[in-house]
Amino acid sequence: MLKIEGLTAEIDGKQILKGIDLEVPTGEIHAIMGPNGSGKSTLSYVLSGREGYEITGGSATYNGLDLLAMEPEERAGSGVFLAFQYPVELPGVGNANFLRTAVNAVRKHRGEPEVDAMQFLKLARAKIKALQMSDDMLKRNVNVGFSGGEKKRNEVLQMALLEPTLAILDETDSGLDIDALKIVADGVNAMRGPNFSSLVITHYQRLLDYIVPDRVHVLMGGRIVKSGGPELALELEAEGYAKVAA
Amino acid sequence: MAAVAETLETVQAANDGGYKWGFETDIAMEFAPKGLNEDIVRFISAKKNEPEWLLEWRLKAYAMWLKMEEPEWAAVKYPKIDYQDAYYYAAPSNKTVPKSLDEVDPELLRTYEKLGIPVQEQQRLQGIAVDMVFDSVSVATTFKDRLAKEGIIFCSISEAVQNHPELVKQYLGSVVPQGDNYFACLNSAVFTDGSFVFIPKGVRCPMELSTYFRINAKSTGQFERTLIIAEAGSHVSYLEGCTAPMRDENQMHAAVVELVAMDDATIKYSTVQNWYPGDAEGKGGIYNFVTKRGACRGARSKISWTQVETGSAITWKYPSCMLLGDDSVGEFYSVAITNNHQQADTGTKMWHVGKNTRSTIVSKGISAGQGQNTYRGLVKVSPKATGARNFTQCDSLLIGDQCGAHTVPYIENRCATAKVEHEATTSRIAEDQLFYCRSRGLTQEEAVGLIVNGFCREVLKELPMEFAVEAQKLLAISLEGSVG
Repeated sequence: MLKIEGLTAEIDGKQILKGIDLEVPTGEIHAIMGPNGSGKSTLSYVLSGREGYEITGGSATYNGLDLLAMEPEERAGSGVFLAFQYPVELPGVGNANFLRTAVNAVRKHRGEPEVDAMQFLKLARAKIKALQMSDDMLKRNVNVGFSGGEKKRNEVLQMALLEPTLAILDETDSGLDIDALKIVADGVNAMRGPNFSSLVITHYQRLLDYIVPDRVHVLMGGRIVKSGGPELALELEAEGYAKVAA
Repeated sequence: MAAVAETLETVQAANDGGYKWGFETDIAMEFAPKGLNEDIVRFISAKKNEPEWLLEWRLKAYAMWLKMEEPEWAAVKYPKIDYQDAYYYAAPSNKTVPKSLDEVDPELLRTYEKLGIPVQEQQRLQGIAVDMVFDSVSVATTFKDRLAKEGIIFCSISEAVQNHPELVKQYLGSVVPQGDNYFACLNSAVFTDGSFVFIPKGVRCPMELSTYFRINAKSTGQFERTLIIAEAGSHVSYLEGCTAPMRDENQMHAAVVELVAMDDATIKYSTVQNWYPGDAEGKGGIYNFVTKRGACRGARSKISWTQVETGSAITWKYPSCMLLGDDSVGEFYSVAITNNHQQADTGTKMWHVGKNTRSTIVSKGISAGQGQNTYRGLVKVSPKATGARNFTQCDSLLIGDQCGAHTVPYIENRCATAKVEHEATTSRIAEDQLFYCRSRGLTQEEAVGLIVNGFCREVLKELPMEFAVEAQKLLAISLEGSVG
C-alpha cells in the first residue's frame, strides 16, 4: 500500500505540494486529475525520487518503506515504476541492452538471478507480442528517433518487463492517438491484479474510459480537494475543475 | 549488460584505490646524468652501441632542436618545462641483455603482471605478443620465435638497430623527419627504446602485437620510438598501452610513431593511453607530447588509428595519415576523456595526395570536472587527389558545468572533385538521462557508464576485443566521482 501523509514539497523555493494525503491500497488503481500547474508531475517525481525537489514536510511510505529516504534505484528495486510524461533519449545505448540492464538491476535488488541475453530476448519478445508492438523496438537506441506514441509504448514495455507492484503513470496519455492510447491502456490492464496498484495521473477523462480506476482524486493548488469513484472523472469532464472543486 | 556489470565492478575497485596503476617498482637503476646536451646524446647512443650513422642522425636532430621553439598553438596550459631538469636515460641496471624471458629480472616481470600484461608465453589464450618497455629500455618481448617463423620481426628498436640496421636506416625518420616539430625533434635526438615491427610481403600477422610502456623512475622522461613497416599485401594489428606511478611532479613523455603501409597493406594501430593524470587538484601527471603519423605509400593501403585517451595531465597528440597511394584509406577513431584538471588537445591530420583516397574521422571528447578537451584536425586535399572523400564527425560530451569542449577543424581543399564533410555536436549528460536510468533501477555509476559507453560506441567497436573491455572499464574509472 502507498500511503502519503501531509506531504509538502517545493522547487526553487516555490511550494508546489501543500499537504497531500492519499492512500492507494494494494490491488487498486487510482486516478489523479487536475488542471495544469496543480502539482501532478511534481507528485510523481517526488514519489520516484527525482533531484531538485525539496521535501519540506509529511511522509510517503510504500509497504511500510520510507520512500522519501530511498535512492531512485532503490525505489525501482522495491517495485515502484514511473512511466515518464516525456521519455528520455539515450543516444548510442541499444534499447535491448538498456532494458536487460534495468531488468537485471531490479532482479538483483529482489534477490532473483539475473537473466542472460538469450533468456531476456525470449522474455522481451513475448511481452512485445502481447503488447502488439514491433520487435524493431529492441534494435533501436533508447527512445532516439521514436515518435511520441512509440516512446509511450516503450514505457509500457519497460513496465511490462520490470513487473512493478506500483506503477505511476505521469500523463502517459498526452500526445497519443486513440490506437496508441488503447495499447497503453491494455498494457496497464494486463498487469491488474491483487498485487498491482497504480497511480494514473491525467488531464483528461479519456484515458479512464480504458483504464477504469477504483478511485479518482482531484488535485488543485497542491492539495487533493476531492475524491470519489470513477463517476467523478465524468463529472469533471462535463463541468470543469473549478466548478467540481468549489 | 556484461559491460555494465564490468563497469560496476571496476568502479568499485576504483573506489578502493583510485589510480590503481600508481605503484612504483623498486629496482636498481642506471641513469645518465641529469640534463640535456650533446654528451647525453652521445651517452645514449654509446649505451646502445649504435652505429655511427645513427649517432650522426641524433646529433643533427639535437642541433635542429636547439634552434626550435616550443609550440604554443595548442589549447593547453602548463608551466615552462625545464629540459635540463630531467633524466633522459634510465634503465634497470642489468649488465647483460636477457636472451629469454627466464633471464629477465623477476621484479620487472612482476611489475607487468601486476599491470595485467600477459608476460608468460604459456598464456597462449591471450593471443597477444608483447614488448615491454620500462623507462628507457625494452625489457622483454614475447612470442618472438613464433613470429620469426612467419618472417615477422617484432623486437625493440634497439635490437632492430643491431640486427636489421638496413631496415631501420631506410625507414627511420621517413614519415616523421627529425625537424618535423619540436617534440619529435627532441625525440629524434634522445629516443631510447620502443618497438620495431616488420611484416613481410603477403603475410597476415597471426596475433595482435602489443607494446606496453611503463614510466617508473622519478624525474625521467620517456622518449620512445616505434616503427612499423607493412610490406605489400600484409596485415597487422598493433596495440599500445601505457601507465606510470603516481608522483607529485610532472613527467614528460614525447614519443614518435611511424607507420609505413605499402600496396594493399593494412595497419591497425590501437592505443589505450592511461598515463597518470595527476591528482584531483591537478598536481602531478604525465605531459604526453606525441607525434604519430602513418604513410599509406602503396595503392589501396589502409592505416587505421584508434585511440582511447583517458590519462595524462596534458595530451598533445595528432595521429595522422598521409594518403599517398591511389585508393588508400585513412581512419581516425578517438575517445578522449579529461576529468579534474586534465587537458587534451588531440585530433588528426588527413593529407589526401593520391586519387580516390578516403578518410574517416570520428572523435568523441568527454569533459568532466575542470577538464578541457580540444579536437584539432586538418583535412588537406591536394590538387591531384581527384575523387578524394573525407567524413569528419566530432562529438563532445560535457559532464558538470566547469569543464570545456572545443572543436577546431581545418579544411584545405584544392581539388574540385573532392568531397569533404564535417559534422559536430556538443551535448551534456543531462540530469533527466541519469534520473531516467536510475528510475529503472540503475545506480548513478551504472547510469553514467551506460550513457558514456553509448556516446563512445562508434569508436569502442573499432578496438580489438581485449582492449574494448579494458577501455570500457577505464572510461568508468576516469569519470569516477564526476557526477553527483
